[in-house]
Order: sequence, then C-alpha cells, then structure tokens
Amino acid sequence: MNRRRFVMLPLGMLTIAQASRNARGAPYPAVVPGRVLRFPEDEGSHPGFRIEWWYATGWLFDDAKRPLGFQITFFRNRAVDTGGNPSRFAPEQLIVAHAALSDPQRGHLLHEQQIARSGFGLADAASGITDARIGNWFLRAGGDTLRASTAGREFSLDLTLRRTQPPLLHGEQGFSRKGPGPESGSYYYTLPHLAVDGSIVTGGKAIRVSGTAWLDHEWSTAPMESQATGWDWIGINLDDGGALMAFRMRAGSGATLWSGATLRHADGRTQTFAPQQVTWTSVRQWRSTRTDATYPVAWRVAVGDLLLELEPLMDDQEQDARGSTGTVYWEGAITARSGDRIVGRGYLELTGYWRAFRL
Amino acid sequence: MAPVALAGYRALVQRALTSCAWQANRGRLLLSVFGVALGVALGVAVHLINGSAINEFTVAARTLSGDANLVVRGPLEGFDENIYPLIARLAGVDVASPALELDIRLPSRRPLHLIAVDAFRALRIQPALFGSEFRQIYALLASDAIVLSHAAAEDLGLREGSRLIAQVGTQSVPLRVIAVLPPEVTAQRVAFADIATAQWRLQRLGLLDRIDIRVAPGADTQDIAAKIAALLPPGVQVSDTDSQSRQAEGMTRAYRVNLNMLALVALFTGSFLVFATQALTILQRRGEIAILRVLGVTRGGVMRILLTESLIIGAVGSALGLVLGFALAWFAVSRFGGDLGAGYFIGMTVHLHQDPAALALYFALGVGAAVAGCVVPAWKAAASDPAPALKAANAIETTASARPHWPGLGLLAATLPLALLPPIHGLPVGGYAAVAVLLAGALWLAPAVAERLLRGLPSPRGAVALIAVQQLRGVNSQLGISISAIVVSFSLMAAMLIMIGSFRGSLEAWLRDILPADAYVRAGGAGQTGFLDAATLRTVAALPAVARIAALRIQEIRLQPGQVPVTLLARDLELANPEALPLLQAGADKLRSNLPPVWISEAAADLYGWSVGSEVNVALGGTNTRYAVAGIWRDYTRQNGTLLIERARYIAATGDTRANDVWVWLAPGHSVETLLEEVNHSLGAAGLVEVRNTASIRKTSLAVFDRTFAVTYLLEAVAVLIGLFGISVGCSSQVLARRAEFGMLRHVGVTRGQIAALLGIEGLLAGAIGITYGLVTGGAISLVLIHVINRQSFHWSMDLHVPVLALVLVSAVLVLAATGTAMASGRRAMTGQPIAAVKEDW
Repeated sequence: MNRRRFVMLPLGMLTIAQASRNARGAPYPAVVPGRVLRFPEDEGSHPGFRIEWWYATGWLFDDAKRPLGFQITFFRNRAVDTGGNPSRFAPEQLIVAHAALSDPQRGHLLHEQQIARSGFGLADAASGITDARIGNWFLRAGGDTLRASTAGREFSLDLTLRRTQPPLLHGEQGFSRKGPGPESGSYYYTLPHLAVDGSIVTGGKAIRVSGTAWLDHEWSTAPMESQATGWDWIGINLDDGGALMAFRMRAGSGATLWSGATLRHADGRTQTFAPQQVTWTSVRQWRSTRTDATYPVAWRVAVGDLLLELEPLMDDQEQDARGSTGTVYWEGAITARSGDRIVGRGYLELTGYWRAFRL
Repeated sequence: MAPVALAGYRALVQRALTSCAWQANRGRLLLSVFGVALGVALGVAVHLINGSAINEFTVAARTLSGDANLVVRGPLEGFDENIYPLIARLAGVDVASPALELDIRLPSRRPLHLIAVDAFRALRIQPALFGSEFRQIYALLASDAIVLSHAAAEDLGLREGSRLIAQVGTQSVPLRVIAVLPPEVTAQRVAFADIATAQWRLQRLGLLDRIDIRVAPGADTQDIAAKIAALLPPGVQVSDTDSQSRQAEGMTRAYRVNLNMLALVALFTGSFLVFATQALTILQRRGEIAILRVLGVTRGGVMRILLTESLIIGAVGSALGLVLGFALAWFAVSRFGGDLGAGYFIGMTVHLHQDPAALALYFALGVGAAVAGCVVPAWKAAASDPAPALKAANAIETTASARPHWPGLGLLAATLPLALLPPIHGLPVGGYAAVAVLLAGALWLAPAVAERLLRGLPSPRGAVALIAVQQLRGVNSQLGISISAIVVSFSLMAAMLIMIGSFRGSLEAWLRDILPADAYVRAGGAGQTGFLDAATLRTVAALPAVARIAALRIQEIRLQPGQVPVTLLARDLELANPEALPLLQAGADKLRSNLPPVWISEAAADLYGWSVGSEVNVALGGTNTRYAVAGIWRDYTRQNGTLLIERARYIAATGDTRANDVWVWLAPGHSVETLLEEVNHSLGAAGLVEVRNTASIRKTSLAVFDRTFAVTYLLEAVAVLIGLFGISVGCSSQVLARRAEFGMLRHVGVTRGQIAALLGIEGLLAGAIGITYGLVTGGAISLVLIHVINRQSFHWSMDLHVPVLALVLVSAVLVLAATGTAMASGRRAMTGQPIAAVKEDW
C-alpha cells in the first residue's frame, strides 16, 4: 500500500535520489512480490533499501479520560550518493524523527523533529531488531514491548507499547503494491492494538497516559508512481479487536490512481481489498489559515461491506514541516463510526493538499 | 552716561575689536583651525578604521558561533574526530556540531576560507548560516558540493554550477558550486561544504578543527565545560565563544592602541599649535585688550572673549576634522583594508562602522585641545596691567619671566624609571608616560636651551646678522614659543623616523639570517590545503639541481585555554648549528637536562615567561612532551610566539610527514630557474608549487613592511605639515608684531632687502635651534619607542639604525622652510609706510 509517511521525506533529497545506486555503487534492492517476511528479523532496519520508516500513532487518555493523539516516526533514508567517501561522516544513511501531539484543548499540533546522518553511534537504525535512535530519541523493541522516547522543547513523550496481536501483513503477504504498474511497491506490515502506558511532559508538567497505538513498518526503493501527487491513508484499531488499513493514491486532478485496504477481523481472519473495493468520499473540508491549504478532514470510507464515517479529534492537525523537510501535510487522530456508534479509533493522513507531493 | 548706553558702547567696541582681530589674524586663525582639524581627523580616522575592523570581526565571529556557548579547538592540523561522539553524548550538551575549518589553496588566487560542517547539526546552532535554504542542505551532501558566500563568488567570479579547482597537496581537486548565499547571510569571503566532503576531498580524514557546543537549557555552562575538558587530550581545549572576539581584540590591541596614540600625538601637536598661535596673537593684541579693560571689561570678561574665540576655532576645526577623518578612513579602508595592511584581518571585507559616541568624543577632544591651548595665554593677558600695554600696544614682552629649570629637569629625570616599568595588561603604559614626560621636560627647558645656544653663538660682524642675533637674544619668550612648536612636531617625527629606520634595518638583517638557502619551494601556508607530501619531498631532494634540502612544517598549537595559539615550526635541522636562527640568547650547550631542545621566539619568552633552560610542555598528536628552551630567537613574522623543534621529533609525535616549505641549496652550476623547471616537470603540477629565490622573498617581505607602515608615513607627513605651520605661525606673528621696529629700521636707511635678509637669518637661526633641539629630543624618544613601546607591544627587539640621510634631508627642508617663511612674512609687513608703522608705537 501506499503510504503516507513519505510526506516527511525532504524534498531536496529527491534530486539526489534519482540515482538508482548510491554509496560505493551498491544498487538498491528491488521490491518484488514473494519475499517472505520473517519476524523478528524483519522488524529491524533494511539498510540496502532506499527508504524505511517505523510509524507509531495512537490514542491516549489521561487520568481524567481526556483524549490525546500522538505520533512518533523514525525514518531511515539511503538517498545520497556519497561517491565512496571513506569519511566516517559520509551521509550513508540519514535518520529523521518526528513527534507530534494532538490535544483538543490546545486546538493545534505540537511538533518536534530531529534529523541526523548515521554514524558515531549518535544516530542509527539497527538491523535485526527495531532499534532506531537520534541523540536521546529512540524507538526500541525488547521482549513483547517497544519503548519510545522523544524529549523536546515543547513536549516530551515517554511511552511503552505492548504487543497484543501478531503482525498484520498488507498486500500480498507483506508486499504492498502502490500503483497499477509493477514498478512501485513496498514491504509493509503493521503491529495494531499496541497497549500504551507512559507519560507526557508539556510545559514542565508530566501527566500519566494510557491508550492504544498502531505501529507501521515499511521499506521500499520505489514507493510512488510518477503521476501520483499525494495520498489519503487511515489506520484504525477497531473496538472489537479488529484492524483496518486503507489508502488511495491521488493524481493531480484529485482522481484515484490506485487504492487498497487490509481488514483483520476480531477473529483473526484477514481480508485484502482490490482498488475497486475501496471508495473514499469527502464529507467536510477544513482550511488552514496558516498555509491556505484545504484538507478534507471528515470522510466516508467504504471497504468492501464495511462503511465508516471518519471524524477528526480536532480539525487543525496540520503539520508544518517546512522547517525541516520542506512540506506541510495533515496527520491526525480520528474516530470511526458505523451508524451512530463509535467502532474504532485511529489516524488519518492527508498529503499533497498543500502542494503536489512528489517522492 | 547711562549704564545701559555704556554697556551698548562696550559691546560695540568689543565686537569691533574682535572682528579686527579676525581681520588681522585671519591666516593664523585658519592655521589653528587646520591644526585642530588635522589632529581630530587622524584620531577619528584611526578610531573608525579600528572600530570597523573589530566590529566586522565580531559580527563574523558571532554569525559563525551562532547560539554556541562553548567551542572546542585544537592545533591547526586538527584533532581526533572520536572526541566528537563523547561530547555529543554528555548530559547537558544540547547540540555538538563538528567542523573542519581550513583555507583552500587556489592556483593564482588568494586562499579561500572553508567551513565544513554537518549541516543538520550546524543549523541548530548557526541558523543564520545554514537555516536559510533547507533544500541546499541536502544538495550539499553530494561529495563534491560547495556553497560560496556572495563575497567569495564575486571575488572568484564563480556562479551556481561553476567548478572550483582546489589545490590539495600538489594535486588539483575539482569542486562544484551548488549555490551562492545571498549577501545578507555573511559579508565574509568564505565557502561552506559538508564535513564528509572536506575530510575526504581535502585529505583531512579522521580530523576535526572545531566542535561548537550548545548547552541544554538549564544546564550550567561552566560545569559542562569542565566535563568536556576532562575528555580532551593535551593540546585540545574548550573555551566559551566570547573568547574568540576577545582574542581578536587582544591580538590587535597593541597595534590599535599605538595608532590611537599617534592620533593623540597629532591632536596634541594641534593643540600646541593653538597655544602658540594664541600666545603670540594675544601678545600682539595687548593694546586691544588694554582698551577693553579701560572700557570697563573685567578680567573675567577678557578671559571669556579670548576663550570664546578659541572655542570657535576648536569647534570649526573639529567639525572640519570629523569630515576629513571620515574621508581619510574611507580612503584607507578601501585602499589598505581594515587593519591598514598589518595583516590581522586578511580575507575580511570591512565596512565603515559609525560610532556617534566616539565621534562626539573626538569633537570634544578637538574643542578641548583648542581651549586648553588658549587658557594660559588668555589668563596672562587678562592678568596684565592695562596701562603699560596701552602705551606700547604692539610691543613684545621682551623679558622672559624667569622660569626655574628644576621642573623641566625633574620631568626629564622621570623618563628613565617610567621607561623601565613592565607592561600593564600587555600595553606599554610606562613607555607612553615616558615619552610624555620627556617631551614636556624638553618643552619646559626649550627657552633656556635656546638662550644658552644663542649666548654661545659668536656675535656676527655684519650689521644685519648682528641685529638678527641680538633680536633673538632679546625676545626670549617669543623665541621659546616658536622653537617649542618646532620641537613638538619635529621631535616626534624624528623619533618615528628613527624607530621605523631601526625596524627596517633590523628586518633586513634578519631576512638575511632567516633565509640561508638558495631557493624555497612552497605548496601552501599554515592551515592551507596545499602541502608537500613525503614522496614529493624525496622527489625534490633527488632533482639534479638540488644539493641539499630541509623541510619545514608550520603548525599552530594551543598552550593555554582561551589564548591565541602559538606557531610551531618543525624543521630539518642540525642540533649543534640550527641554521637560520637569529639567536639572541643561546644556551643549548648549557642545558643540563637531556630533554629535547626547543628554540623560542622573543614573543613566546615574553608571553609565557620562559627563558633559556625553561622546561616547556608541547602537546602534539594528543600527548604532551617536555622540551627544554635551548635558545631565544628573533621572529619578526609572528607576534603570538613561535616554537621551533626538530622535524623528526614532530613526525614521531604526530605521524604527519607533510611539509609546507622545503628549503633548497642548489647544486653547483644550477639556477633557481632550472630548479623551477625540474620541480614542475617532476611533480607534473605546474603552477601549484611556488619556487622562489631568496632575493624575491626579501623584496616581498620589505614591501609588506612598507605597506604596513604606510599609515605611519602618512601620520608623519601630517606631523611635518603641522611643524611647518608652527614655524610659519611663529614667524608671521613676530613680523606683524615688529612692524614698528622695521619702520624704524627703514627710517634709518636699512633697505627692504636687508630687512628680508634680517628676517631670513632670524628664521634660519630659530629653525636650526629648534630642529637641533628637536633632533636630540626625538632621538631620546626613539629609544623609548624602540626599546619600550615596540618591545612591549609587539614583543620583538630591534637594533638601532639611524636613518641619517632621511633625518638630514627633513631637517634641511624644515630649516629652509623656516627661513623662507620668515622672509615671506617679512615682505608682507614691509608693504606699509615706514612712518605709519613707527607712529603706531608712539
């Protein structure tokens, strides 16, 4: 499937990324169907591929049951042609990390970011196990839990995410097609229904929180078709224990180029959906006064027989990453209703609404 | 008469007399104005130039250090990069940003300063430099990418997409200009690159030059600094970022203070000119003043009138001086650069920095100098009894008020102890004071000396000459003033001439000592990307034109945190007879210790308090080694101290086998030209290495010296000008005052020509006396300049070389000028009717 997370990739990197080979001439591995994902090995980094991310989102509640949304992402990027530079500073891998907090009482996102080249043990994404870090930020697996910590100026997150379900493979056993052609695709799985415990510090004040999260892990070399200018994506933990991921790639006209979805039912049965089985219908728009971008923040999404009404935790969950990655997008907590009943909570990602997004 | 009417009448007379004074003394007043203007102009110019250079340096340093609180620096050749992760991981360190900083050698161009960083880290500390275009940061990661500042692109004629050929070692390395920064980012001529690119392409793998550190909010900077210091090997130091601008200021402070002193001397000379003019004018206007007194103007009133006049002179002169100073500063900065050619701020573009407070201060100094010059004569005039003055209005006070000699002698005696004082905060305060008391003492004794010299003069037989001598003997106080004006300007000028002559003479001798080889092959200066590697050295040594070589490595090392680094020279040399060392103190043979020898420059001895036999810690390659001082030598090229060690020991400590220079002794029958051909042929790098013969290096060095002192020559020229004014003022006021006398002489049959001759002889005598006395005083001052002020300011000694020819020439010109001025002013005085002139008196 498609994915959003590309959003964060620095635009400036793109020209450099044109080269299909990078440092020391090693080519990027191709992303092809049929690869068998192995766990836990494949939870670690795949440094040969051009791009990779671990993307955690979720709903948290404080002691007063007040809802908050959070997002913690680590990107690894091997896009620079270092020309075989033997320097230990050679930018073989770039590590980018973002953290965001959605608090309805605040009305807009809090956002922190880190970017560094790998090396000297200061920034890295390990192979074989989920272990990514920049400075004192990290996302690290240990036993049946993952720990994420992001200490920032505006806010700090320190969360423990406990596995409750096996990995959910998307597409063809973890090979996620990104368009009608064979050339774009990624390896992609999710750890849904992670049980979260931890603390959030804002303004020097720490609060305890708990909730449910969703962790995507995806790696690729060519994850986007040439005509695509953005995408819409959701990842929802359903209250009955099921999980739904759906996306669509959009053309500049707004037309759907490709779409897909994965639904795991409460009983563990998993369904994948072809493009024609997924429909996205915008219900309500919100315009950002900061950037003048207009985002469809409420949706009606149909995946097979399942019809969900999506409503954001708050309208303004626009993320302005121009200061680091050069783009602006919308990434926010949503509730999913079926009829009048809330059936799940998750995250919605909207890219390419500010300006056409090209990977 | 009603009091009101009387008051009105008085004001009327007062105005009439004042404007009469203006009419009669226009020339002299204009000279006074000009004297003040020159003094103020020099002061303002020097201040503006210095201020601009320092300001530019501080701004550049601030942009560069951004929000960093601490900076880690090591020797010029860098330090081990493994220190970086240790610091980055320390609790309380918010950001640690590693950097390489070096000068890219460009074929046939000035080296280009390069700062190479990990932009992802640097942008968090220096957003002004790296935060502007995020897109460029990614493009900068390409392994041959470089970004130029606006000034660098302009200077090198490069644009986005251009290629820049860097010389690395003796190879050419092409780099790609991916962007040119907008001018507002930095005014400096500088380039930026990714640290990995610089480490690889410029052959500095594994090394860093700097780590900028931002301390986390709430953490204690001093505490973090101590923790960092504990991680650093010897020779690598952490200091707060302010110390960088402080270092720049300290480095140039002595130079700047000396220039300011020269400007103040000019202002003092200007003020003395005002004094001389006013003293003579007031003497001449005794009649007018007496009338005012008789009309009922009080003494205070007279003082007020005279002081108001000087105030106007001061204000007009100072205003003129401000304008002139601005023009001068602008000219000097655009012509010579912000350090006036002294070489402190190479590569910096300086913009004139406005400083209203300082301008106001110099204006006030100018006005103050004019008023101060007038106070004594005005007070005397006001105090004098109006009755005799009325009777002989234009007569000159002929009897010198008997002045005791002891204050002058006391001042002279104070010179020596003041000159022996040690420097205060690195400044030769005692030396300045010694010059001041020497000058003051000389001035106090000037009339007495003149009198004694004239008395010693045999009375000439010719009538005209006799009258001239008698006249001078008779008007001692007047003569004293004239001579003093000459002494003030000429003694300082002579002192400067002798000092610069001594410096230049010593430098020439030094250049002979320091350059013993026949030719010098150089691939790059200290801290530049050009160098000669071991293989190249072997190639050069094996060339047919080469009899023998000695390789030189130039390094900079840090001895104490926060201090300017010292230069370390590592040279192939023979222990028993180190060539090219202008040794002042040797002692290698006397050393009892078996420590390796280090020869230190005078500056190193002064700054660190070392002497022959001292044990010195030299940190190289991250370890300390103890050396013993085997000798102290003279180094005219570096003010911050230089250490010389054997290159073999340097290589053993650092593993660095590169060299900056190689000295070549030619094989018999070979010339520098054949050497150049062979070098270019064998290295295949035409144009990348310089081959120079000793004569051309000497020539360049002396040219640099002359450029450095260009400003001093300018100040001297101004001093000569002021000296000439002094003579002219003295003469013309005398002549005006003596119109009655000339009338009488004409009346008794003396011709105009004879009177002109009379005045000429008087001018010649006064000039000769003043200049002789000025020479003696100047000689004494030059000794203080050479042995105290220069030594303490710049830490180098010099031998006395008196530029006899220059002094004789300048003296002759001044004596002739005095004679000519006297005769010229005489012609003016004799245009009137003799009868009328005589009548004035009776």
